[in-house]
Amino acid sequence: MKTIATKLALVTGLCLNLSFNMINEASAETKVGLLLPYTGTYAALGNAITEGFELAIEEAGREDEFTVIVEDTEMKPPVGLAKARKLVYQDEVDVIAGVVSSGVLGAMRDFIHQSQVPLIVANAGNNLATGENCSPYIVRVSFSNGQINRPMGTWLAENGVKTIYTLAPDYAAGHQMIDAFTEAFTAAGGEVIGSEFTPFGQTKDFGPYLTNAQASGADGIFVFYAGGEAINFVKQYGSFDIKTPLYGSGFLTSPLYVEAEGEAAIGVKASLHYIPTLDTPENQAFIKAFQAKYNTMPSEYAVQGYDAALALMTAVDNGGVDRATMASFLPKVSYTGPRGPLEIDPATNNIVQNIYIYDTVMENGALTQKVIDTIPAVRDEAAGCQM
Amino acid sequence: MDLSFWILQFLNAMQYSMLLFLLSIGLTVIFGLLHFVNLAHASLYMMGAYIGISVAAMTGSFWAAFFLAPVIVTLIGAVLYFTLIDRMRTAGPMNQVLVTFGLIFVFLDLVRIGWGDIALGLDGPQSLSGTTHFLGVDYPSYRLFIIALGLGVMAVMWVVLARTQIGAMIRASVENTNMAAALGINVSRLFFLVFCFGCALAGLAGVAAAPILSATTTMGITILIPTLVVVVIGGLGSLEGAIAGSVIIGFMETFGAVIIPSFSAVLTYALLAAVLIWRPQGLIPARG
Repeated sequence: MKTIATKLALVTGLCLNLSFNMINEASAETKVGLLLPYTGTYAALGNAITEGFELAIEEAGREDEFTVIVEDTEMKPPVGLAKARKLVYQDEVDVIAGVVSSGVLGAMRDFIHQSQVPLIVANAGNNLATGENCSPYIVRVSFSNGQINRPMGTWLAENGVKTIYTLAPDYAAGHQMIDAFTEAFTAAGGEVIGSEFTPFGQTKDFGPYLTNAQASGADGIFVFYAGGEAINFVKQYGSFDIKTPLYGSGFLTSPLYVEAEGEAAIGVKASLHYIPTLDTPENQAFIKAFQAKYNTMPSEYAVQGYDAALALMTAVDNGGVDRATMASFLPKVSYTGPRGPLEIDPATNNIVQNIYIYDTVMENGALTQKVIDTIPAVRDEAAGCQM
Repeated sequence: MDLSFWILQFLNAMQYSMLLFLLSIGLTVIFGLLHFVNLAHASLYMMGAYIGISVAAMTGSFWAAFFLAPVIVTLIGAVLYFTLIDRMRTAGPMNQVLVTFGLIFVFLDLVRIGWGDIALGLDGPQSLSGTTHFLGVDYPSYRLFIIALGLGVMAVMWVVLARTQIGAMIRASVENTNMAAALGINVSRLFFLVFCFGCALAGLAGVAAAPILSATTTMGITILIPTLVVVVIGGLGSLEGAIAGSVIIGFMETFGAVIIPSFSAVLTYALLAAVLIWRPQGLIPARG
């Protein structure tokens, strides 16, 4: 009997406590759910996006206006979906931001569309999310897989590279990145003479693949790898002393990882939507603020989090007060941020932004990025997207 | 696809086999002697890499890391032995698996707290940074070093197990623990020594792999599965089994990736299934 009484008391106490918290949270104006991986392969990305997001809100001095509820997707689609449901039904958020994995985004897409809670995508690059499966409630401020790689295909063909061998991990993003590159490279007169997809998350030794790529005799190797795989790939490319030049999706030599890659990264040319060394007043101010708060250089992931918060605040300023008004104002956001001028394309809700071709160089004993070329205002075609 | 291409891929396969060998030999010897499935062995491998990176950062020398990391990992192993492993020895395999599987997550979070989530790299020694002309091809010197290291450990272990008194004591204890104890062998001290040696090899594998593979928080979990596959295919508890298993898996994964890449991920598991069906005790099982 006694234990039942204790349990009852506990449960009542919990309920009281919970309702008290809810009243507290309801007093803030906008509730934001931040849905990111904080464990697993891409935990570092989740942390970087959170840092950028928090910096933007703090810089604007608007911490009191936003209640941020953080949830961990663990990089697993079912977990991401469950956490999205929790944010919508239990926390009753006005808007969700985040999502690193395209898989998690894919799992959440129908739920977001039906529950009509706006989602600001701060990383996941799946083409379909702003293509065939686009939704008026999904706005992407990061990039699409095609957007990053198409310009690189055209650029390489125009700069005298005739044949390419491609490598990427065998999952959705890997295929989309390589497909976009191949299409643009071929259209501009180049030829992809070999292509391989490596088992995602299992390949530790790229030696066999590198040996294959070199034996193909191509003018260059184009790859997409991110995170730990990017470090392994670039280091192993360096250790084999391969003479074929290496090109890639810019995530390959992201500032987040380039230090771990070391000298092997020198001379790798890649395309990306943000480079920390961009010489614009907006970027200089951003880097100064970021370094003051976190004492490290920002990466493209931090910028995506920063821009997600800027888009959110702009939508609120324009009159977004609840889910419906937020969803209508978010796609109208446009401003010049750290990565340059950007706007949301009303046809797809994907971002329109510059893509930078850059080289990794050694300067004053540290690895840094040097912009070689800028392809302005890259826009995705509305491939099957009907709002 | 000329001869030099196949020599390069042969060396790639050797290098991967030796890395698998360094890891699986510790796991299999501990199992053979203690009848203890230590899944946290993979975490010790991860600790070897991270501790190596820290030691190298502090001392500025790869070789300091190379020799110190296994020692520190052995100390961690010794602490584990006295706090958990020793008292779990009679608890049955299910409990052992649960406890050591839990340890994997404890180590994972310890690493995240201590070193963060961003993957870290370790620069190999300057003297092994370039490539060496070997068998008619230019091959990364550091990878040759790993092949030599694996072969060296293999040779030392064979000599110790087959030719020395302590080797005879270990073999006796594997075959019949009670009889060995009755003959005056201090079995529990022997167990502890072997456990420490296994931990040292895990740490050594970690620090040796770091310059090639970089250190990530998931490196322990991702290497655990191939290591277990090696141990199961080779036969739990036998040195020859670990050698055979490592070489088979190393060559199969490498040449699978070269010849039929889209099928390579399945090959290992197909072999595992075949071995479990037709030869569940492993290819070269330990006696006893």
